Parts: sequence; C-alpha cells; structure tokens
Amino acid sequence: MGKLIVSLSPHAHSRDSVERNMYGVIIALMPALLASFYFFGLGSLVVTTTSVGACCLFEWAINKYILKKKENTLHDGSAIITGLLLAFNLPSNLPVWIVLIGALFAIGVAKMTFGGLGNNIFNPALVGRAALLVAFPAQMTSWPKIGQWGAYLDAETGATPLSIINSAIRQGDVSLLDELPSSMELFLGSTNGGAGAMGEICGLALLFGLAFMLYNRIITWHIPASILGTVFVFAGLLHLSDSVYPDPISALFTGGLMLGAIFMATDYVTSPMTPKGQIIYGIAIGVLTVIIRNWGAYPEGVSFAILIMNAFTPLINNYVKPKRFGETSK
Amino acid sequence: MKIKTFSMGGIHPNENKLTHEVPTIVAELPKQAIFPLSQHIGAPAKPVVQKGDKVKVGTMIAEAGGFVSAPIFSSVSGTVFKIDTAIDATGYRKPVIIINVEGDEWEESIDRSNKLEVVETHPDLTPEEIVNRIKNAGVVGMGGACFPTFIKLTPPPTAKAECVIINAVECEPYITADYRLMMERSDEILVGLELLMIGAKVTKGYIGIETNKPAAIELLTEKCAKKFNGTKYQVEVVPLKQRYPQGGEKQLVDAVIQRQVPAPPAIPVNVGAIVQNVGTAFAVYEAVMKNKPLFERYTTVTGKKLANPGNFQVRMGTPMIDLINACGGMPEGDNKLLAGGPMMGKALTSVEVPICKGTNSVTIISDEEARRKEPQPCIRCAKCVGVCPMGLEPYLLAKLSEVKNWERAESEDITSCIECGSCHYTCPAHRPLLDNIRQGKATVMGIIRARAAK
Repeated sequence: MGKLIVSLSPHAHSRDSVERNMYGVIIALMPALLASFYFFGLGSLVVTTTSVGACCLFEWAINKYILKKKENTLHDGSAIITGLLLAFNLPSNLPVWIVLIGALFAIGVAKMTFGGLGNNIFNPALVGRAALLVAFPAQMTSWPKIGQWGAYLDAETGATPLSIINSAIRQGDVSLLDELPSSMELFLGSTNGGAGAMGEICGLALLFGLAFMLYNRIITWHIPASILGTVFVFAGLLHLSDSVYPDPISALFTGGLMLGAIFMATDYVTSPMTPKGQIIYGIAIGVLTVIIRNWGAYPEGVSFAILIMNAFTPLINNYVKPKRFGETSK
Repeated sequence: MKIKTFSMGGIHPNENKLTHEVPTIVAELPKQAIFPLSQHIGAPAKPVVQKGDKVKVGTMIAEAGGFVSAPIFSSVSGTVFKIDTAIDATGYRKPVIIINVEGDEWEESIDRSNKLEVVETHPDLTPEEIVNRIKNAGVVGMGGACFPTFIKLTPPPTAKAECVIINAVECEPYITADYRLMMERSDEILVGLELLMIGAKVTKGYIGIETNKPAAIELLTEKCAKKFNGTKYQVEVVPLKQRYPQGGEKQLVDAVIQRQVPAPPAIPVNVGAIVQNVGTAFAVYEAVMKNKPLFERYTTVTGKKLANPGNFQVRMGTPMIDLINACGGMPEGDNKLLAGGPMMGKALTSVEVPICKGTNSVTIISDEEARRKEPQPCIRCAKCVGVCPMGLEPYLLAKLSEVKNWERAESEDITSCIECGSCHYTCPAHRPLLDNIRQGKATVMGIIRARAAK
C-alpha cells in the first residue's frame, strides 16, 4: 500500500485555468483579426505581428533581466492578448518603431512595473495606445482607408466615421453626416471609403468573439451589456434632441466602442469584482464615452473612458459589495 | 414549472456517483470496534464502562458529556479491551473505547423485527416522549455535521418552527448512501419524518431531492401521497436542480421555502425550518419505534480505482480498512482517503479510522485526481465571487487572512463562510482560497468569542 495523501478540502478541482481563459480570449479575437487582415491587408499583418512579438519579447526580457524571475510568464497568454489588443487600436500604416514604443509602454510601464499579470491598475493595451496618441498625435490619427491590400506605410488615409460625426457636431452642420457609411456597413465593415483602427472595423466579428466568450463563461454579460446599453440610451436621447448627434445604432458601431466594451473593459485585472460593481463601471464607461465623443477634444472616447474607470475600480471594489446571503435589503 | 434551487452561487462538479445502483449489503462484523468519544458537535461523551466489562449490541458505553452532546452505544457484543486514544478523522489521537468483538448478542429491549411500526399504533407518543427517545438514543445529524438532533427539535423560545425539511439532496460527488437508503427504506423514512414533525409540533414537511435521483423522487412522491393524503400533515417532495452546495442547510432552506437564514448566530429555525438529513429521519424511526440506539448507518465506500465500490449497512466502530477490503482492497500507489466526499470530506492519516455517526462515505481518490496544481497570481477574474453561495468575496477574504487583517475580515463577513469550497474548486489560478479563509475564519471567531467573554 502506498502513502496516504493529506490535504484540506476541497479535494476536487475544476479544469479551469488561467491559460484556458487567456487562450479563450485569443480565440475570441480571431474573427476580428481575420477581418482586420481582410480589410487592411499587408499593413495589418505587419503591425499585428510587430505588436504581439514585441509585447511577448518585452515581458520575457523584463522577467528575465530586470525582475530576475526564474519562471517566465509568457505561457499564460496574457502578453499575446495585450499585443493583439494594442494592434487593434492602431492604424494599419503605423511605422514599426512606433509600434515598438507602444508595446514597451503597454508591457513595460503598465503591466510589469506593477508586478505583472493580476497587479496592474490600468489596461496595458490602452495605456500603450494613450501614450502613443499623446506622443505621436499625427501618426495616431491618420487612418488608412480599408480595402488596400498591398499597402502599408503608403496607404491612403481618410476620415473615420467618428471624425465625420465630430466635425458635424462642431460645425453644427447636419449635412456633413451624409458622408457617414450606413449602419449596416458600419456593422459589417464598410466597403466604401470607411477608415479606422484595425480591430474596430467589423462589429460582426467582434460580436462573434463576445458570443464565444459568454458561451465559454470566460466573461459575464454585465460589463459589455451595461456599456452598450448606456451608450445606446444616452446617444439615442441626444439624437432625439438634435439630429446633429448620430443615431444610436451608428454610435454603437462606430469607433472602438464594440472593441472596448467586449475586449478592453472586460479585462479581468482592471475591472470590478462584483456584478453590481461591473454594472456601475459599465454605465460610467458608457456615459463618459458619449461625453468625450460629442463634446471632447478627441473624436474617440472609449479608451479614455475605460482608463478613467480603471482608476476607479479599486474604489468600486471597496464600496460595492455583493448582496450577502440572508441580508435583508436596505 | 421551474425547478427550484438556491438563489446565489454554486457549482456543478462531476458527479461520479459510481454506486448509485449498487444495492446495500450488510457489512461483516469487525474483530475489534473503535468508538471515539467525540462523534458529534459539542462536549465529548463520558465513558460508563471499564476495561474488561462485557457489553451487548446496543449497550450504552458513554453518556452525554453536557447539554450539547450525545451518548454513544456499542454496536457489537464483546469485552471492553481498553479505553485509550486513537487517530480519528481530525488526524489527532483522541479518546476512544475499544471493544473486542465476541459473537453478536443484542440488548433485548431492541426490536429486531422488520415489521413497519406506524405512529397510529403508538398513541403514547407525545412530542416530549419522541424528543426524549431521540436524545436517549444518541441520534445526531447523519449528514456529516453531527449536531445532536433533539436540540434542533427544541428551538429557542424566540423562534417558532413551521416545517421540517428532510435533506435528501446528497449534492456531494461520489456519495450514494442517502439515495440507497431512500430506495430501500422509504416507508421507515416517512414514519421518521412524521415523528420529527410531531416532535417539532408542526404539520408541514418537505423532502428536498436533486433531480439526478428521479427514481427516489418518484418513489417518495408516491409513498407520501399514500401515507399523508387525508391526514393533518402536508408533506411535499421538492425536486431540486442539481447544484452544489444545495445540501448545505441554509442553501436547502432557501431552495425549498425561499427563505434566507440571516448571518450567524441565526439558525434555520429562525426562519421556521428544521432541517434533518434523510439518514437522521431513518435513525429517528429506529430510535423511537424500534428502541434501537444509533450504532449503525448507511455508508458508501467508493473511488474510481476501487475494484468493487459499494454501499454498506455498517456497525459504527468498524475500521475503514475492513470496508475497503470488502470492496477489493486499497488501490495501488498513493491515494487520498476521505471521510466524506471530495468537496467537504476530511483526508485521513490512517486506514484504521472507524466509521462514526457522521461517516456517510469512505471515498478514495487517486493521487493524480487529488493533486493540487501550482498556484498562480490572482487574475481577478471574479469567478470565486460568482460561485460563492453566501454572497461573499472569497478572493478578498483569502487575501485579508493572508495579511492578517482580522478587523476587515470580520467586517467583510468572513464568519458567514460555510467552507463549501466552491471558490477553491473554481479558481482558474489554483489559489488555495479556502485554506486561507478557513484559517482567517477560525481566528476571527476566536476574536469574537474573546470579545464576548469580556
């Protein structure tokens, strides 16, 4: 007879793992990645490969040479996600060296400085994007038009739907909105002159990812639903008050809203821990997004809205508690 | 109709009910029986026999050691070998009475016939008499917690019982003892329920069974209708959706009558419910109607690597190794031996630990199945919060325990934790959440007691 093994209960464990969740997110990102290859061709391939490769390299190098950890953390897959999400937020004609700086900010500053996966306060990919937007405003706001297969640095750029909306609001001129692609085109990825960041162009592909993650219980509905619901209602009310504001369907499928609501705001580490907290967080992101988009300096508001709410997450965790069993509602 | 269940959290571990359809067999008598004096919650029992005394089956060998306590009866006939210490389920050496078995001679007061006794033919059974007989027979909760049953039947004056809920959920993986009992002794269980209802002075009864036991639901529904229709009793079999930890008292009350027991020190009877395990109902029947004290029980002996897992009607005091040998012997290699199931069972340090009042299962899981994975940093996925059936935040409680912030742990309701292990089971980063929370809970409860004593 062998030894008796002794440990505390429970003695059964689920087969869930950090890797299962992280690679699940990566699979969920695949439809959007394919869409970005389809719409932006060569440029998308170069930028994505650089971003993912650089994120992994920086994480590995920082672990090994600066933190001097014996074990490396690349296998958990989180660096790949950061790389993909950073690329999804960039224009497909961004030079390689700028992508590298973005990856260094994302992994080096926003993630590893805080202690790596699980400890960072801000979403690493969004920190990377925000840093680039401040440092390289010109390169970061020239968006290639879709459908240029072989183009990279030489891609022809155009106005994003959000910048069209933004000028319409600023100039108070409703007729400018005629240039907007139709809602259906925004949803599928517009083919006539649409432009934008690589990952945000096809709403349908992102929704596939959402369905996959919900089905596999990688995330819950609370954050995406509260963000999208809030934007829909808020933008709808604005549209009713003045038709210079875009209709709520366009608001949902323009810019990075889908990408942000599905993949960035749901980042485990930087979002609240309780369903109630997640809904508060989602509503706040929705409200901030609409405010920044319509009345702020930038046409795009999702990433800043998420970063701002990332900062509030510890506070939400402190004050928003789940309903305890047997607690009588106050 | 929507199938009922409890209102928050919960998990669905693999069932592994290997022995569902294996009929119960009577276990062989051991050569030596070991009776720990502490088989229940409360004060240990006090021995009333001495070395060399002759005892029969059903002889009291230790009396209750206080109000919250229970007497212990010999399950065998023979000679008291010694009063000593032996390793019990806690892993420590604890006081025990050891009896060398000689023959199988029963106390004459015990009715050994198989005839079903019903309440109608015993008009002398007042509620007080029933509670008294339960107390004197040493009956305790048979689901594992082992709280003396008579205390549950006499609630504090501030609470009023409205119903008796029979816990036939058996949500722990592997265990099938309660299921076999229901399939084989349903009439006795229903008389036991009637006695419990009389004892608690209520007329409403429920039997909560998970839907993975359709045969038991059907059988008991039919028998309940036959027995209770047209009487003053209203008894309902409640099918429950499969979900762990539905067999937890608070979860079961929530699932069956949709009332939530407030945080400790509140108990189920504060919302009108008295919860008793189905095995306890059977023990109550035998104690009251057959004058048979609690010294025998149904126990599952199971494990994927066991040659012949099975269900046994076993005399308490039988060393586990006897039952394991009856199932084909301890499997090769390193194993984990559990008293109870894999979610809440205790890992034992010896195969000689005896079957006690609360041993519903002897579960053997292999090294590979039981081994914990290397913990990784918390990724704050919030899955532990989602599965907690008490509405707590396990990640936070575990962290607060690690950093010994007892004040905050108390204000975050660490004492409400029922130690079901759902968080620990679920954690994708394999963090030992419950280990830390358990330690924190024990410390905080000590602090609360010390404060109250001032």
